[in-house]
Amino acid sequence: MFRNQYDNDSSTWSPQGRIFQVEYASEAVKQGSAVVGLRSKEHAVLVAVKRSPNELASYQKKVIRIDDHMGIAMAGLTSDARVLSNYLRTEAMRSKMVYGRALPIGRAVNAIGDKAQSNTQEYGRRPYGVGLLVIGHDDTGPHLYEFNPSGIVSEYYAYSIGSRSQSARTNLERNFDTFEDMSLKELIVQGLRSLRDTLQQGKQLDTLNTSIGFVGKGAKMTILDGQDTQEYLDLLDEGEAMDTE
Amino acid sequence: MDFVGFQQELAHAPATERHTHNRWEPYVDNGGTSLAIAGADYVIVASDARQSNGYNINSRYDPKAFRLSNDAILATAGYAADAKRLVEVLEQNAQMYYHKHDRVMKASAMAQMLSNTLYGRRFFPYYVFPILAGLDNEGKGALYCYDPVGNMERVVYRSFGSASALVQPFLDSVVGFKNQRGVDPTRLLERDQALKIAVDAFTGATERDIHTGDWLDIFIVDRNGVTHEKRELKHD
Amino acid sequence: MDSITLRLPHTVERPAEATNYEPTTRISQPTVTGTSVVAFKYKDGIMMATDCLASYGSMARFRDETRMTAVGKTTLLGMSGDTADFQHMKHTLNNLLTQEYDMDDGQNLGTRSIYKYISNIMYGRRTKIDPLWNSYVIGGIDNGEKVLGFVDYYGTTYQSPTIATGFGAHLAQPILRKYVEGHEDEITEEDAIRILDDCMRVLYYRDCRTFNKLRRAKVTAAGVEISEPYALETNWNIAEYVRGYGPF
Repeated sequence: MFRNQYDNDSSTWSPQGRIFQVEYASEAVKQGSAVVGLRSKEHAVLVAVKRSPNELASYQKKVIRIDDHMGIAMAGLTSDARVLSNYLRTEAMRSKMVYGRALPIGRAVNAIGDKAQSNTQEYGRRPYGVGLLVIGHDDTGPHLYEFNPSGIVSEYYAYSIGSRSQSARTNLERNFDTFEDMSLKELIVQGLRSLRDTLQQGKQLDTLNTSIGFVGKGAKMTILDGQDTQEYLDLLDEGEAMDTE
Repeated sequence: MDFVGFQQELAHAPATERHTHNRWEPYVDNGGTSLAIAGADYVIVASDARQSNGYNINSRYDPKAFRLSNDAILATAGYAADAKRLVEVLEQNAQMYYHKHDRVMKASAMAQMLSNTLYGRRFFPYYVFPILAGLDNEGKGALYCYDPVGNMERVVYRSFGSASALVQPFLDSVVGFKNQRGVDPTRLLERDQALKIAVDAFTGATERDIHTGDWLDIFIVDRNGVTHEKRELKHD
Repeated sequence: MDSITLRLPHTVERPAEATNYEPTTRISQPTVTGTSVVAFKYKDGIMMATDCLASYGSMARFRDETRMTAVGKTTLLGMSGDTADFQHMKHTLNNLLTQEYDMDDGQNLGTRSIYKYISNIMYGRRTKIDPLWNSYVIGGIDNGEKVLGFVDYYGTTYQSPTIATGFGAHLAQPILRKYVEGHEDEITEEDAIRILDDCMRVLYYRDCRTFNKLRRAKVTAAGVEISEPYALETNWNIAEYVRGYGPF
């Protein structure tokens, strides 16, 4: 019987030049519910669909505050995301304490990127099973970054990760050149529109499963859940109504 | 005595005496005064903004009352560097609390944390005399005052700092109604009376205490949040 | 082979038992020191001056020292106190700036950040009871705003439109407060130079650890500029009328 001999740990190459453990970790990200991130020239936005394991359980948190100027959305193992967000929070506090300045977003993401990379090279370790979209606002403006278990970190105008996220990316690719000058509200609605494309047949975005996070020039990192998302869901529906008219 | 002789004498002196000669004191008193008055549904905190060192005025505006959250103000007196670090430590702990519990730290929790933070440095204290002001769980004005090693007391009014020996007896009389007949000593002041008294206390303290003056920071906390006001004191 | 112990004339022999019970202290005395720093805000930014002397006790030991340095593009650092500790600080800041440069991500360390960083070093060292024997004045333009701050070996910090360290706190600060306080945004560069020179002249007359060779520095939107050394015009005519200090 065939069995992969090269996937026992992340420090072993396959003869084809692949590291299977890292690829498996990326699969964990694809199993998480989708999150979408996008930015204009003043704001960065995250929107996410929350899942609950069953009717009796609460919804899993998807968007996490790091500091007044930074937040993340996760897809994959929630517990791994918590470890990374705790690390980011302490780094953000350290930057404030030592230099009196908000931790630059790119440096924050590179710092967790380095942590993730060492898990892909050291024997006996396990790559993180979570992907993150990181938004923030620093001296160089608003930012959106993607972090994944391989340790690769990339900056985006708009991006999506998680299950069926390809549909959202298709939508974002079609529209991202209009995001630059959008207001915060428009940007959020645009994000929700892309997010909706990732839903399974018959599923809807509602106040229970939608999470919104934003940050920007003069706007501290804010997370909206529950009833606070209604306003934007209404705008999303209105937009649809106008399109069909 | 020549220098070598002095050193030799120092080397042979009893240990305690020698230490008082050698030891560098890691503390300074930067002067300044803080006061706070609690009412039925508010607290008022006032601190002057002069920072001094001996007879020198370092700065005319170096605030020593800090807004820790939407309902907690910390007024300090003593060693400015320790006070500023203490505030940073409290802010960071409050943020960790917020992340952990998804709830802004209440003044009562902040009060206990401040005591623990100070006591944690029992053997190398923060040389700071803090007053923490906020609202309690019933919405009443709450003041907590501390010594530098964390002994905590809830009070109705208090003054700390270089002019506290002038201000505290004044407050005892007009806020605490001490040693007066025919008054209810538990009566709480109306907000505008308290504000007037705070300002008068500082006008007087500025006249008599050389380390107090320049600018007055006034914070009022009530159920709507915090308001801040800056008033001028005499600069001499 | 027998060894010979050569004892310097000023060596103090400490009794062995005394050393055993002493607490660990790392306090040293300052050795080679610089005196006042004078600085204030004016229309275009920050003006600062120091003289070029580094004293060894009362001896005018090094007469071409620079006690001001640029930290990055828009920050100026002036120093009073031990020159070795200043070199250590410059070294530390240089490491920081190199690190920052290597990041190459478009972020920059503003004056406020550098001030905070220096303050943390000073407060941290005092907390270890191992202070750097200096007072620092940090001036610059951060986000279009003038910043002028002070930190000493207690970690005491403050910001003010006028700052003077050492003897300057007694002799120059009153002059600065008279001319500058409340006029920080109006004083022209010519006036600022005149005020600065007046302060430095008074200090030269009355502070015995000064020297009539000084540098002036400014931070403006264009960056940091530290002048070549120059001398002030002085007048000692009244000296011969002064009575009561010498044999006459």
